[in-house]
Amino acid sequence: MITKDLVIVGGGPAGMAAALSAHENGVKDMLLIERDQYLGGILNQCIHTGFGINYFKEVLTGPEYAGRFTERVKDTSGIEVSLKSIAVKLTSDRTVTFLKPGKLETVKTKAVIMATGCREKTREMVHIQGSRPAGIFSAGLAQKLINIEGLLPGKEVVVVGSGDIGLIMARRFAMEGAEVKAIIEIQKKTRGLLRNMVQCVEDFNIPVYFSHKISRIFGDSRVEKVSVVKVDDNLNEIPGSLFEIKCDTILMSVGLIPENELIDMAGVRIEGAKTSVPGIFVCGNSFKIYDIVDAVTKDSFLTGKLAANYIASQ
Amino acid sequence: MKTYDVAIIGAGVTGTSIARELARYKLDVALLEKEEEPAFGVSKSNSGIIHPGIQNSPGSIKGRLCVQGNLLIRSLSKELNIDFKESGELIVAFNEEETGELLRLKKEAEVLGVPGLKIVNKTWLRQNEPNLASEVIAALYAPTAGIISPYRLVYDLAENAIRNGIEIFTETKVENIVYGKPNFEIFSSKGLFRSRYVINSAGLFADEVSKMLGIDYFNIRPRKGEEFILDKKKENLTHRLILPLPSKTSKGVIIIKTADGNPMVGPTAEDIEDKEDLSTSDSGFNKVLSSARRLVPSINDKDIIAYFAGLRPVAGDDFIIKHEDKAPGFINVAGIQSPGLTTSPAIALLVTNILKDNGLALRKKFIFRAHRKKTIHLFQNPLLKAKKLIKKDPSYGDIVCRCEMVSAKEIRDAVRRGAKTMDGVKFRTRAQAGRCHGSFCTARIMKILAEERKIPVTSVTKRGKGSEMVKEGRFMLSGAEGAKREV
Repeated sequence: MITKDLVIVGGGPAGMAAALSAHENGVKDMLLIERDQYLGGILNQCIHTGFGINYFKEVLTGPEYAGRFTERVKDTSGIEVSLKSIAVKLTSDRTVTFLKPGKLETVKTKAVIMATGCREKTREMVHIQGSRPAGIFSAGLAQKLINIEGLLPGKEVVVVGSGDIGLIMARRFAMEGAEVKAIIEIQKKTRGLLRNMVQCVEDFNIPVYFSHKISRIFGDSRVEKVSVVKVDDNLNEIPGSLFEIKCDTILMSVGLIPENELIDMAGVRIEGAKTSVPGIFVCGNSFKIYDIVDAVTKDSFLTGKLAANYIASQ
Repeated sequence: MKTYDVAIIGAGVTGTSIARELARYKLDVALLEKEEEPAFGVSKSNSGIIHPGIQNSPGSIKGRLCVQGNLLIRSLSKELNIDFKESGELIVAFNEEETGELLRLKKEAEVLGVPGLKIVNKTWLRQNEPNLASEVIAALYAPTAGIISPYRLVYDLAENAIRNGIEIFTETKVENIVYGKPNFEIFSSKGLFRSRYVINSAGLFADEVSKMLGIDYFNIRPRKGEEFILDKKKENLTHRLILPLPSKTSKGVIIIKTADGNPMVGPTAEDIEDKEDLSTSDSGFNKVLSSARRLVPSINDKDIIAYFAGLRPVAGDDFIIKHEDKAPGFINVAGIQSPGLTTSPAIALLVTNILKDNGLALRKKFIFRAHRKKTIHLFQNPLLKAKKLIKKDPSYGDIVCRCEMVSAKEIRDAVRRGAKTMDGVKFRTRAQAGRCHGSFCTARIMKILAEERKIPVTSVTKRGKGSEMVKEGRFMLSGAEGAKREV
């Protein structure tokens, strides 16, 4: 068992901002734990531009945006970073247990900031029926496969949902020479940013079907086709509107969910940026789903300050 | 060319159980499987229930085998070092008429020899199963019901069978069998096999295999079951298996505790035509959800992390386990639907006896290694033990699947023990089976599989040829730069 004034769980944009802010506000004994081998979180796979327009008044890529904070964190001697470290347990007495290669470590703290990000909703959560072949990916996984691993998941793609990641990945596949056959959105308008509709969809002539949903996935080994149906204002299927699209890949971009399992399992409730337990804080996408990272950074700086004030008051 | 003593067709739980039992004797045994890995057919969607033996008619083969199998699985799980939990089950009644039905079931089961049965009342249920619907007035409690991981049972049986000299041939589809007196000639996608005896445990395709020898008195009808898996957070939803009163075709939608902690809910029972149709439907989804909520009202569809369908191979009401005199040496083991998992060790003994009765000499091997080293699942160990394991091998501390907490070490172990595909890794370790559905860990597991199997990452499949995960490698790093990249 070790002790720290502050532990921050998650080294993405939220965790890094919270750490820097807590440091500026007087916390000198802190540990930032990150499960990946680098800081930066999901920004590392977001190689497109559009980051930092509000915060830095500059257009940056994801890795560039992350890099600005990674450098500052590295240069700040009061922030100890533990990479390849995954938190496995949080208890309401502000104790964090984490795992890294070769070690299971327990830390007793004065305050904890949870900045564990979010995950993508799956095909199961939106109840798309049919078979379960290879070729169904969350948009984020497809992004990782293309941008980090250098693998092209498929060549004839249908995107389900018009969230920003889905739009950006539609463009990414188009740029790699894949045929993006359709973006299927159940709502009447996009869930993504207007600029992504223009830059990712219109500029690449990708067909978008609003008020449509995938009713079934076909294929035994690999995805072969989907059936698509139009829906009315109450999202009910309109009879006779069914048509099929041949494809080998389906990307799911139907929304994000905060990853709060550790908080839930500790029996802690989220109440704003604070929680039901004094000294446990939440920020970034694990607090709520943000549209742009600039706002994550701004809000997480506030959370870092709240935690610092809490520690000072003890 | 080698002539086998026994060829077994189909490496599901039935085929692997028979193979492992025959491994005790001085026999040359070949186990032929059409899929890339064992358990990829009927067994992969089994719910993992070890039934106590209620709900079978006293005169049936499966009634007799079920009680015996429930006993045998205990010693088998100790030998194979696989977790078996005696969770107990409750068959619930919503009214007086149903309570009467429970008494009838109890009586019938006692004739078959099911031990420890008792009727429990509302007060008992409130205390012991607080999440159960308040409308339930009584239940038949069977303490000997249990749970086991169906895939791990098959994989561990296969592994132990191989260790004891059985040969397993995967991606080997039987296309024809000729009775060439005195031996059978089996023509497969991987060439010709010759064997003195043939056991047909081909699951959904057992009728087609049987017909190859002109034995056509039965047909296998697939009966589809759709099931949910709930988030591990709901591990303590119930403490026992919860069953409604059975209908004619199935045991109904059950609240199942699983060996991995995640509760499972289902299955439906729908007779279909297509033996490969594993699709799920809106009607099935709603049926499972509403039937489950009738038993445990707090089940929330937000907690559903996976949804899938399986097929039961139905050949009438009972199992068909018999030597076919029309083709001496050919044994059908067909129509093994529920309780197929529970009965599997008993079926293996029965089939061994049938072989003996039909002239196969059974001489025990001098050495039979019944025991198997336990597969380690890090977080199924107490924290202190986990700590020791991590210290001993640092890669236990390297978590690949964050939702189910599966380490790189466990995934490498699974591959070294025989996993060849993404599904094979999933079934053995639960990596990719949690709430994110593999969004975070798929890329890394693909790389580990490629590295361990020494194949390009583009050749990694979900469940065999044709199900490659990606279509093309694009900018893969090679040489020194590639080597720097961590797997």
